[in-house]
Amino acid sequence: MFRKLTPYLFLCPAMLIIGIFVLLPMASALVISFSDYNMIEAHRFAGLDQYRRLLKDPFFWNALYNSLLYLLVVVPVLSFAPVFLAALVNRKLPGIAVFRGIYYLPVVTSLVVTGLMWKWVYEENGVLNFILRNLGLMSEPIAWLATPSVSLFAVMAVTVWSGMGFYMVIYLAGLQSIPKALYEVAELQGVSRIRQTLFITIPMLRPYIALVAVISSIAAMKVFDEVFIMTGGGPLGQTETLVFFVYQNAFIEFDMGYASAAGMALFAATFALSVLNLMLARDSGYAKR
Amino acid sequence: MQSDDKPLPRMRPPTAGFANRRYGGGFAPAGQVLLRYAALIAVALVFIGPFAWLLSTAMKSGSENIFQYPPQFLPQQPTFQNFGRVFQALPFLSYFVNSAFVAAMAVSCNLVFCSLAAYPLARMSFAGKNPIFLVLISTMMLPFQLLMIPLYSIAVALGLNNSFLGLMIPHACTAFGIFLMRQAFLTIPHQLEESARVEGVSRLRIWWHVMLPLSKPALATLAVFTFVGVWGDFLWPLVIMDDQAKFTLPLGVNKLSGAFGKDWRLVAAGAILSIIPTIAVFLFAQRFFISGALKGAVKG
Repeated sequence: MFRKLTPYLFLCPAMLIIGIFVLLPMASALVISFSDYNMIEAHRFAGLDQYRRLLKDPFFWNALYNSLLYLLVVVPVLSFAPVFLAALVNRKLPGIAVFRGIYYLPVVTSLVVTGLMWKWVYEENGVLNFILRNLGLMSEPIAWLATPSVSLFAVMAVTVWSGMGFYMVIYLAGLQSIPKALYEVAELQGVSRIRQTLFITIPMLRPYIALVAVISSIAAMKVFDEVFIMTGGGPLGQTETLVFFVYQNAFIEFDMGYASAAGMALFAATFALSVLNLMLARDSGYAKR
Repeated sequence: MQSDDKPLPRMRPPTAGFANRRYGGGFAPAGQVLLRYAALIAVALVFIGPFAWLLSTAMKSGSENIFQYPPQFLPQQPTFQNFGRVFQALPFLSYFVNSAFVAAMAVSCNLVFCSLAAYPLARMSFAGKNPIFLVLISTMMLPFQLLMIPLYSIAVALGLNNSFLGLMIPHACTAFGIFLMRQAFLTIPHQLEESARVEGVSRLRIWWHVMLPLSKPALATLAVFTFVGVWGDFLWPLVIMDDQAKFTLPLGVNKLSGAFGKDWRLVAAGAILSIIPTIAVFLFAQRFFISGALKGAVKG
């Protein structure tokens, strides 16, 4: 009798924690999104009211638009640029571990520090403007975070910068899993390096690219720290993302029902994206391992 | 683009020696190697530049104009004063202690709970095994930001707001950790466990004496990932901690920049202090981070 219980006893602590702090909140987020709840008064059932409010709220559409734009720019960059980074460090050369370490450093740095660091780099009198002007790339300094047309892209650049190393490691594992014999045969037949890259490396990396696309799109939908630290959603709401919208409504306005409805929209978007990504990966026939 | 990071030809038939030409076996043109180093250094500057600029700012003395244009790359009279000033401006030392305490709790909880849960998932057959595993894995997709609102209510209801336990507990056991440990356990040969079972050793002791010692790299990976995640966590502490005495470092750094926003020397010094422990852990555990972490992730 006791024997049969053993596996459940092993699982018990984990299931309790995940049950109470992940599954229960998930269910109750759904319930709260159908109510009018401000932490002080009791829940009042509100049906789909909160969702109707969302549809009519220009701030919500703005946040959704910003998040989707974020995704459309950041995910392709993070899916391909780290391949080159991985290829660059995938060589047995003296000191290569140091370079890998340096490229990975931003990944372990807390986003609060990363955000502050870049805010300082982006200063109007700061180093970035100085470097770009000295290289002759622009004539007038730009207030990167305060100019509505560029601020969102400036924040995206920071997300890319801090994530590169993480995806580089995934691709490094990918590159190292490609059988060397393929390149040897190609070399013997006089296939050029560029064609080797196009017809061996890239196809063999497909499952890794799919994985990175999924992870980076989930991450892109969750951007918050960089925005909070660098712009606070400004200028003129240009950098307000979905998560920032949820945070503001929940913990500044204490409009929990409304914030939960927005959170459900965020979840739906993330979920749809992951499914879409996985379907694309499957269509290309590589997800079957 | 080739993968030449694994031990080279030893195990390969001698006919493959041809391909050695490009593996730097005396034939690699020095120019190519130089070019690669040039590229490596150029990219490294992009990654390390902002850190260097922050450090330089933190070491500038009060008499220096940090907003001057063109910017002064190196401090004229380098000083460590600003680091001391951080501790006077805010109770940074207690932020350090708080962060360390929360991180230590989260790391230990993860090591124990994740590896406990992973054992039956890797090695026992029981009713509901697959559904449980699926539910666990699918929680990895849930954005924390969605759970945050009800989590906050639950924490308030349990009296856990404004407490380190409340700060830590959503991180106490992660599906990612369970998955990682399960992958590690799956690679351990069955024979070891079976001979112990024949001797009548209990499952709990097998877990402790056989499974855990053989999974040290995975445990180290889990510890480092948890540490880095918790150390840098910002949104959840921001939501749950009001009591400034209980602030963790990211909140402290944020407060520093809020209160002394114009004094970038001070903000920079605080920011640098706050990441020193992570960098130390990272340097110490780099090999787990960069190679061990994702070995099983894709093929799994």
